[in-house]
Amino acid sequence: MQLEALYVAQPALTAQAPILAIAVPLIGACAAALAPSGRAGWMISVVAAMVSAWMALAVAGEVMREGVILYQLGGFAPPAGIALRVDAMGALIALLIGAVGTLAAVFSGHSLAAEVRPEKHTLFQAGFLLAQAGMVGLVYTGDAFNAFVFLEVSSIGTYALVAAGERRDRRALPAAFNYLIMGTIGATFYVIGVGFLYGATGTLNMADMAARLGTLDQNAAVQAGFAFIVAGLGVKAAMFPLHGWLPGAYAHGPSLISLFLAATATKAAIYLMARFLFEVFPDGAAFGDMFLQWVLAPLGAAAVIVCSLQAVFARELRRMIAFSSVAQVGFIFLGFSLANASGLSAALFYMTAHGLMKAAMFMALGGLAISIGARRLEDFAGVAREAPWTAVAFGIGAASLVGTPLTMGFLAKWQIMEAALAGGRIWIFAVMAAGSVLTLVYVGRIIEVMFFREPAPGAPRAKESPVGVLVPLLILAGLSLWFGIDASLPQQLAQAGAASLFEVRP
Amino acid sequence: MTVERLADWLANTNPGFFILFAALFVPFARSNIVRALLLVGGPAVALVALINADGLSLNLSTLKILGYELVLYRPDSLSFVFGLAFIIASALVGIYSLHRRDAMQDSTAMLYAGAAVSAVFVGDLISLFIMWELTAIASVFQVLAPRSQDSVRAAMRYLVFQISSGLLVLAGVCMFVSATGQTQFALIAPSMAGLPVGVMDIAAPGAVLILAGFGIKAAFPMVHNWLQDAYPKTTETGAVVLSAFTTKLAVYALARYFAGLEWLIWIGAIMTVFPVFFAVIENDLRKVLAYSLNNQVGFMVCAVGIGTQLAVNGAAAHAFAHIMYKALLFMSMGAVLYRTGTTKATDLGGLHRTMPWTTLFCLVGAASISALPFFSGFVAKSMVMSASYADPALFVVWIMLLFASAGVLEHSGIKIPYFAFFGHDSGKRPQEAPFNMLMAMGLAAALCILIGVSPGWLYRFLPYEQVAREYLASDLWTAPHVLQQLQLLVFAMLAFMLLQWRKLYPAEAPGLILDVEWLWRRGWPMLTSALSAPMRQLGRWAGGQAGLINGMVGGLARQAFAPNGWASAKVPFSVTAVCSLAILGLVLAIALFR
Repeated sequence: MQLEALYVAQPALTAQAPILAIAVPLIGACAAALAPSGRAGWMISVVAAMVSAWMALAVAGEVMREGVILYQLGGFAPPAGIALRVDAMGALIALLIGAVGTLAAVFSGHSLAAEVRPEKHTLFQAGFLLAQAGMVGLVYTGDAFNAFVFLEVSSIGTYALVAAGERRDRRALPAAFNYLIMGTIGATFYVIGVGFLYGATGTLNMADMAARLGTLDQNAAVQAGFAFIVAGLGVKAAMFPLHGWLPGAYAHGPSLISLFLAATATKAAIYLMARFLFEVFPDGAAFGDMFLQWVLAPLGAAAVIVCSLQAVFARELRRMIAFSSVAQVGFIFLGFSLANASGLSAALFYMTAHGLMKAAMFMALGGLAISIGARRLEDFAGVAREAPWTAVAFGIGAASLVGTPLTMGFLAKWQIMEAALAGGRIWIFAVMAAGSVLTLVYVGRIIEVMFFREPAPGAPRAKESPVGVLVPLLILAGLSLWFGIDASLPQQLAQAGAASLFEVRP
Repeated sequence: MTVERLADWLANTNPGFFILFAALFVPFARSNIVRALLLVGGPAVALVALINADGLSLNLSTLKILGYELVLYRPDSLSFVFGLAFIIASALVGIYSLHRRDAMQDSTAMLYAGAAVSAVFVGDLISLFIMWELTAIASVFQVLAPRSQDSVRAAMRYLVFQISSGLLVLAGVCMFVSATGQTQFALIAPSMAGLPVGVMDIAAPGAVLILAGFGIKAAFPMVHNWLQDAYPKTTETGAVVLSAFTTKLAVYALARYFAGLEWLIWIGAIMTVFPVFFAVIENDLRKVLAYSLNNQVGFMVCAVGIGTQLAVNGAAAHAFAHIMYKALLFMSMGAVLYRTGTTKATDLGGLHRTMPWTTLFCLVGAASISALPFFSGFVAKSMVMSASYADPALFVVWIMLLFASAGVLEHSGIKIPYFAFFGHDSGKRPQEAPFNMLMAMGLAAALCILIGVSPGWLYRFLPYEQVAREYLASDLWTAPHVLQQLQLLVFAMLAFMLLQWRKLYPAEAPGLILDVEWLWRRGWPMLTSALSAPMRQLGRWAGGQAGLINGMVGGLARQAFAPNGWASAKVPFSVTAVCSLAILGLVLAIALFR
């Protein structure tokens, strides 16, 4: 799939696309909050998410043609004004957020009715659009403090969304509280770090900062700033062992939110971390490399092993998949820790693949939750018979998660493994292999239960998901398959993104 | 689309893809006729496509993915014979399974067959790995199909072995590709004299890992156990499906990449000998066949290791013949299982009265596997024996193979038909097998006899046709050759009769034989139990079974990760907050004081 085939440039629109991708959902959020009914809120949400995704596509097409896009808000030049700066890496992640956001918005029509109090629907849609606007903004912005603002915009939306799951599962409330506290700690660390950097460089624009930091890697303020930023973003990105907020938030929030968060929220934070690690901080700074080698890599490996084991032993299905998400973040960090273009490119590709597969899996569970509202693994016994399409879509996501050939997950794992071997890190390869086997173990358990068990007598019978769920679900599953065979679209963006961050490095 | 373009497309598409494509529609086939059309039509189209292939040793279709050129179709004389055997086997399996309606099992069996056929025709390491992995995943459903607790556990154990094999291959391929930048096997090394077979240097990066991955799938000694574990626990059709493709795909891969590797001679020779002892005392007749499968694959591995043109011919011919007669034997035991519900020797006997056709077909299979002249085993195995005899340095190997041949006769040639259809009368009077089963068995039996009577038919397809032709003209039917084989057979039969008469032959006795299985079952208790048992059982099991160090480590991990263990407990935010401070401190320390 080529970008050019998907999007025909319309210059007038393209010029404003970056800001529209952020502003439309932001305005949509206000409109949705004021909407007269949940139905109207839903329609606003779908339209706004779709426009945002379309703009993200336009931006991605433009980036592929032109390279980096600079957009000055209000026409003020960067050191003073705020600028959006989109490169291929940002374009890819924003495209993922836009696509998953749109499909999630469509899906929300059915899932909210089953899971959230009717009077909260409009506010829920507002929160959802807020989260999307925040994440796209975070990815597009070229300003470190602006990134903090967008991070908080999206986070505040998501805290509320997790709490909205309380109608079905009261545990959503403590989970949301937990998430709020941890998220705030992370954001605070981040903003402290940005403060240090501002003190040392006198600028908040990331490109400017990078230029001025070039000579400052012995400066203690810069070093402290680095520590605060990576620790803060580590919390947001669910870096092991700072992932304590994640399983609860994913398992007890409404299905919509598990799918949206799993596919996008951690990705946005990881994206920002990559930006700081590989672009803002001085090239070849000793502390950056040491961090990658001695902190990020071991923690990534620990995430892969420990959280996969936690997933193996988890009882609740959504919790299981939430643990799996933390393990997958570990895979992505292992790719980062290689500190070269092929490792970063592979990690970016992995982020996209993981976003799509996890979205499909959580959406399938959301579709099943409409009829059976199940939590424990055993509750899903034999659902494949009653809801074959939903089960098959889940199975495709799961196959991609394991890394079955002909799915996107395989290409993603292959790239990281190959980059690890090319970099001479055989232990990373071994960890990934072990992680894959563990993944197979818990995925195998789920598939066995879903496809081969008889439903328990007297248990509620699952129903096939309604069309409004099936269509986005099958699109997500189909994307995992399509990109497993023709991966050129995410591949080009990931490679270009990684190359642009590393072009100055030897 | 014009007829020419259709023909062109047929001739340039990997035949396996047709089977894979047909498999996708099997679950949706409501009527039996459509189902039969798909199950037999897929392989039939594949066969037509293969015969019309646009040329040997050419890359007929390619696909670019992630900057690698995947060669989707590259037939040559080695892949041709394996592909032909797989396609025929998939048609036979399709016919054999017509009587049951299990959409899951049918479609995955076909996917499995399609992946195996595709695997032998793809032309590069990455595609081979992809197909390798597909066969592993599709095949596990055959073990799952009975849907019993027992089979689910066996399936999970089976899957662990298959996936480990895949991971080893993946690791090897990754290393090889990133070190050499080559993926296509024609480019790996200059092919052997005039052969289409390119060989991988064992010293190349990753080659040992690839060999190990192939070895697991070929069921090398010590990693053979998944085979005896899984095959007897399948449905009546499952064992037929599994026996046809899994190990033979590994033999193909070994012949493709490691022909002439000396290690394989000894591995193969050991493989032929050790299952004999287990097979003689085993009670479950399908498990006997599983052991004998091991022994037969040993002959092929050994021949691949010898690596001369005659030996590679022998391996290919043996694989072809073996797929037919082993499938036939498993089909006959499947028919017995289907009609009586058991394949335990102790519960069977005297079935020839009511199942005459099955008995007859089983005897043909038994005669073929015993390498009786005029049956397929003879014309194939002779080449392996001649190849090993030709090299004086391999005299010991030749003796081992000879012993193993006698053993085959003992346990597969005599024991299987004798205990199932003759022997003591069990009093069971089951119905004859359903017509579709008889038809599949009849076709397989006809092929066994056809190859045995006119070996030229098979020899035409062998990798080194010239050598095969000469062998047929001057060696195969010579008196010493035939006489030696007949002597072996007569004396083995005498021995069986003598032992049976003196009541010295190991009596049919129920029981479970554990060979290296104990190593897998005990050595990895944590892994296997995590794989197989639901969590409650696991906890109980951990309490009851205090093991060695494994047990302790397993116990600790289990305590930690059990639903109420510390690693699975909900983390209060205070803990995460402290963790974030710790990480902050750590990074700060690195940044400030490195």
